[in-house]
Amino acid sequence: MKEKFMRMVFLIAACASIMCVLLICLFIFANGLPAIVKIGPLNFLAGMRWRPGSNLYGIAPMILGSIYVTAGAILVGAPLGVLTAAFMAHFCPKRAYKILSPAISLLAGIPSIVYGFFGLVVMVPAARVMFGGSGKSMATTSVILGIMILPTIVTVSEAAIRAVPDYYYEGALALGATHERAVFFVMLPAAKSGVLASLILGVGRAIGETMAVIMVAGNQPIVPKSPFNGLRTLTANIVLEMGYATDLHREALISTAAVLFVFILIINCLFSLLKSRIPS
Amino acid sequence: MKKRRVFGYDPLSSAFRFLVFGAAGVTAFIIIFLIGYITVMGLPNITPELFSWTYSSENVSLTQSLINTALVVVLSLAFAAPLGIFAAIYLVEYAKRGNKLVSLVRLASETLAGIPSIVYGLFGMLLFVVYLRWGFSLLAGACTLAVMVLPLIMRTAEESFLSVPDSYREGSFGLGAGRLRVVFAIVLPSAMPGILAGIILAIGRITGETAALIFTAGTVAKLPDSLFSSVRTLSVHMYNLSSEGLYLKQSYATAFVLICLVLCINAASAYLAKKIAGGRNG
Repeated sequence: MKEKFMRMVFLIAACASIMCVLLICLFIFANGLPAIVKIGPLNFLAGMRWRPGSNLYGIAPMILGSIYVTAGAILVGAPLGVLTAAFMAHFCPKRAYKILSPAISLLAGIPSIVYGFFGLVVMVPAARVMFGGSGKSMATTSVILGIMILPTIVTVSEAAIRAVPDYYYEGALALGATHERAVFFVMLPAAKSGVLASLILGVGRAIGETMAVIMVAGNQPIVPKSPFNGLRTLTANIVLEMGYATDLHREALISTAAVLFVFILIINCLFSLLKSRIPS
Repeated sequence: MKKRRVFGYDPLSSAFRFLVFGAAGVTAFIIIFLIGYITVMGLPNITPELFSWTYSSENVSLTQSLINTALVVVLSLAFAAPLGIFAAIYLVEYAKRGNKLVSLVRLASETLAGIPSIVYGLFGMLLFVVYLRWGFSLLAGACTLAVMVLPLIMRTAEESFLSVPDSYREGSFGLGAGRLRVVFAIVLPSAMPGILAGIILAIGRITGETAALIFTAGTVAKLPDSLFSSVRTLSVHMYNLSSEGLYLKQSYATAFVLICLVLCINAASAYLAKKIAGGRNG
């Protein structure tokens, strides 16, 4: 009797996560879709002007903004992260590894609001001096996001590179390759899907990041003309205006979250597809 | 693997070497600079007034936010920890191999883990604050965060259950214990350090969270009267300070306190995780 009862309790607990996903989908889409219909899907998704005051709800600048800074973050974080991962797996002396490895997980633990603050007080003034303008720009945001996704890329890529069997490396050496050539031409290509998975994970982090972005992106709802102009992302749009929005404006913000959610779901699918291809 | 030298000079190898060491150097520099900068700017601004019992716009004390953070942590874990651990028990101890439900639960928890915190924030606002009419409250914030850390707790608990050797289970089954007794008397205690490491990691996530709390727990910098009062955690406090732009010194100090807190929490988790890894080998 007690056994059966507890079995049910465990089963219900296991179903809780499925329930949560369904509830989140239900609430975000049920509250977000009506506004999209009211505004018109084309006007909403492709509209270039976001002016809630005059009933213009086009989120295309924000969609582009999110894509731009995410691409920028990958541009900064991917080479740095993958090369650091290669260093950790094949070049690092043992003693340095003992310091570097915890230091990178330390980077992962820093709250995003602290990254944002750091960007605001260090990188924004630096960008202002170097490139002019206000300093709050796509470039600054990309660099901050690139740093934020660095630990994800390094740890996942390093695990992938380490998972490549040793005889690949030994075979390459036997054929006369140097240590560096063996790592770059044999080990890295063999770890390709794991490295790619780490990048996709990084994309998910970067596109969903909110607090750090708000503080350094400038938040103008327009498409930036150059990397040194400010922009606004989907996430920032929600936080900035949710506090005072009412009626259709508020619903449009929830729709913004729905669009973001769809992006994330696509990225998640890509990630699980890739993961299923990695032999464990 | 030992590094091997080959005769002759290979420019490509040198270039690769340069790239790899350069990247690692930049990464190390970023870490040192970030932590160093916050420490150097924050440490001198830690004053006794910052920890005073009264909060005013002249003295933005962080005591209230600190206590509120602890309250939110305790409350969210009270929801998420049993749920996550029970779910892991089902997945590891009860479900049969190839069970469809198991892969569905895995998929769900992976999806949950990928959802950005602002989406959690909006979901919490729509469900708890508006639909259930709890208002901006401690309870709404804690429930939202409970959903957010659930996949983390579930995954770490599952991994620690899996790492308990089957011989333990077989031994106690052989002595006539029922499944429930095996789970609670044998498997759960052996898996405890791993589960704790996961829970501590969740504490770190909760402490650093901002976006999911602004629209669920609100921003009132006072101690709550009940579960339904609005509270401001330390991270939200940090956001308010730095976005107002009037309290630069206090922002530095708060950032420093926040970093210290999160780092200590993560170090504790890493220590526990290492302890079980060591125990397993030895």
